[in-house]
Amino acid sequence: MSKFLKVTAAALVLGSPALAEEKFGLGRPALPEEVAAWNKDVLPDGRGIPEGRGDVFTGEEVFAEQCAVCHGDFAEGVDNWPVLAGGFDTLGDKDPVKTVGSYWPHLSTVWDYVNRSMPFGAAQTLSPDDVYAITAYILYSNDLVDDDFELSHENFADFEMYNKDGFIIDDRAETEYTIWSGEPCMENCKDEVKITMRASVVDVTPEEADEGADGAMQGHSEGTVEVAATEQAAEPEAEVVETAAVAVDPELAAAGEKVFRKCKSCHQIGEGAKNRSGPQLNGVMGRTFGAVEDFKYSLVFNAAAEEGRVWDDESMSAFLAKPKGYLKGTKMGFGGLKKEDDIAAVIAYLRSASE
Amino acid sequence: MDDALKAPSRRAFLKGSAAAVAGSVAAGAAVAAEPDPLITELQDWASSLGEGVDETPYGLPIKYEDDVVRRNVPWLTADPISSINFTPIHALDGTITPQGCAFERHHSGAIELSKPDYRLMINGLVDQELVFTYADLERFPRENHVYFCECAANTGMEWAGAQLNGVQFTHGMIHNMEYTGVSLRTLLNEAGLGAAGDLKDKWVYVEGADASSNGRSIPMEKALDDVLVAFKANGEALRKEHGYPVRLVVPGWEGNMWVKWLRRIEVTDMAVESREETSKYTDVLADGIARKWTWVMDAKSVITSPSPQSPITHGPGPMVISGLAWSGHGQITRVDVSKDGGMTWETARLGRQGDTKALTRFYLDTEWDGEEMLLQARAMDETGYVQPTKAQLREVRGENSIYHNNCIQTWHVKTNGEAENVEVS
Ligand code: HEC
Ligand code: HEC
Repeated sequence: MSKFLKVTAAALVLGSPALAEEKFGLGRPALPEEVAAWNKDVLPDGRGIPEGRGDVFTGEEVFAEQCAVCHGDFAEGVDNWPVLAGGFDTLGDKDPVKTVGSYWPHLSTVWDYVNRSMPFGAAQTLSPDDVYAITAYILYSNDLVDDDFELSHENFADFEMYNKDGFIIDDRAETEYTIWSGEPCMENCKDEVKITMRASVVDVTPEEADEGADGAMQGHSEGTVEVAATEQAAEPEAEVVETAAVAVDPELAAAGEKVFRKCKSCHQIGEGAKNRSGPQLNGVMGRTFGAVEDFKYSLVFNAAAEEGRVWDDESMSAFLAKPKGYLKGTKMGFGGLKKEDDIAAVIAYLRSASE
Repeated sequence: MDDALKAPSRRAFLKGSAAAVAGSVAAGAAVAAEPDPLITELQDWASSLGEGVDETPYGLPIKYEDDVVRRNVPWLTADPISSINFTPIHALDGTITPQGCAFERHHSGAIELSKPDYRLMINGLVDQELVFTYADLERFPRENHVYFCECAANTGMEWAGAQLNGVQFTHGMIHNMEYTGVSLRTLLNEAGLGAAGDLKDKWVYVEGADASSNGRSIPMEKALDDVLVAFKANGEALRKEHGYPVRLVVPGWEGNMWVKWLRRIEVTDMAVESREETSKYTDVLADGIARKWTWVMDAKSVITSPSPQSPITHGPGPMVISGLAWSGHGQITRVDVSKDGGMTWETARLGRQGDTKALTRFYLDTEWDGEEMLLQARAMDETGYVQPTKAQLREVRGENSIYHNNCIQTWHVKTNGEAENVEVS
């Protein structure tokens, strides 16, 4: 940033169509409450962090409830969702595993990101103590602290991350720009050229692209599959009402509400429920599969909708026990409920919450 | 190149293209065997009436173009809410990207934030912390500039080898629009930078209003240089997927910094080192040490046609090789094209001298002899930088950096006009 001062001075005097010193008197002063509500970022030296504390045990509970569906019970990552733990000393390997433990240089980033951006679909709903506890638990699942560790605003700034020295500032100006410049070769630049690798061998290009290109070659292709499926799905709304009539055991439903925390990051249910990464679940019992009009379902769901399959106890139990086993190709990124009791309870809750 | 010829063509469209080549070779003959019915017979459209005005109050491309759309690579991410799709650059020409097919990258989905609900806060080391409404922003002096926006992960899947067979997928995390907005310098000046003291080591942290709360630290030098707080693109309001009603435009720098739904600008005395500038958008080198703060997108070019999704559909004879070039350091000054995998190069014609930090279109008006080609393009920018080969890049960076892959791309064009993504020695 050596040319900084020159640039700034020039910019301030000449750059703007308005004179730099001139103020327009637009906007209004921000109130302290407003700044406090939005100014949440935490700096590497710990400035900006609210007071609070949380230990590994509490963190484990909160994590299991709020994070494990995507990140795994031990922060190991489910399916394609991010891995948060492990990967130590792999950064120089062919496929480095970059996790909070192996890669992140500052603890502030963990606290700040969990606090502002997670859980996915319900960001900014955690209390500061929960964020301290979760952060402690993520450190524990990375073997960076013992199980009796407590994180607080007091010891926060002192914590050093494993990979804190693993970064250098952009050095392309020295290592690259000086080498890759000047008049390039135009003739006889190499003796021979061989193909060393081709994309068709790996074959990971989405098929869709072929269809698109196909269309390009053969002219316009009429209405796509997706449109057809959505129209199908739009109809069954009328059936929804009936299901409320099934008697629901209130105790079971209350237990189900707890189980439903596992679903909450992706699904809403009840008055005003909206689609999140999963469809809203109002009246889902007795509803046709894949029936929420403005939700983009996977192909298997669209196919099931077309067949007119309806959610009942049997199909719902099977689906919730093993979503991907029951409907191969579903995009519900959830491993399944292991306990039958939980399944029965959550089904009761799905019924009661829709009433 | 022998084995190349025997490679089976798996894809349906490639068969289509081969047929098209055969057909057009015949049609290309100088003499027509029979009169063309499209000329000799009265066509419906030449006799009956078309659609009236207002049929589509906001016009969409004609149905014949319905394959010119963004596409996604589902296996890349766990969920389409935090994901990316790709601009169909194989099917576009010129330089401006229409908003409707400009790639999208969201971390928590595209939100709907109305102008009346919009607020922009400036806080931190300023003389007066301020809140602006959308209407306030429209009262500041405005500027217009064309800039490219490229995701740092563009071409990122190609580090370890040729993977995706289509320029849309290898190079489509880019778009180029004309922005209208207020200079960030003007807004910072409105809040006053006296409180920041020496500006040399100060930063501006910018943050979006969506659930990802995506935020990036920008050094003050850049913030006061050419950063725009933009509310229009290509003459109309931003699309929601690009940050309606207000996004940041950080010319020449990686797309992740172009914060969408911009809600807060904070002047700080250090980089926040947020998740998007530590866990992501840092480039791991071969020894496991990572580069950080690699903001600038270096010069890069690619041939968009012919390419795997845009095969040659005519026989030998005149043809246009066309592509795009850009540099985050300024203007593109020259693009060379090679048909033999980099042994010999010809200098292409620039469609129009490109703007600084904007896409430049290039053309090589040439003859195709019907033989195989290994097509490459190589860009140079105003700093004298020459786009490197993949081998050169790997030598310095290894294969694990994900981001900032600006290597020379090779398409293997076969005798039937099909093209494939390949790597060459
Ligand atoms: C519904 C799935 C889901 C849930 C539940 C969830 N996350 Fe995430 N998490 C994600 C996704 C998706 C990303 C990547 C987001 C992106 O790239 O913008 C992510 C990213 C992260 C990261 C950054 C990973 C990296 O390497 O950069 C951390 C840390 C994290 N989550 C912690 C949590 C914590 C703590 C919770 C519980 C409070 C939680 N997540 C709940 C889906 C989820
Ligand atoms: C990580 C996100 C995620 C979690 C967690 C999740 N789901 Fe889903 N769910 C989805 C998605 C996405 C779909 C749509 C599936 C498809 O299109 O393949 C879905 C579909 C469903 C459906 C079918 C809805 C319909 O309209 O046919 C039901 C029922 C359902 N989920 C219930 C649950 C329950 C109960 C839980 C908790 C035990 C749960 N889900 C947890 C993402 C999730």
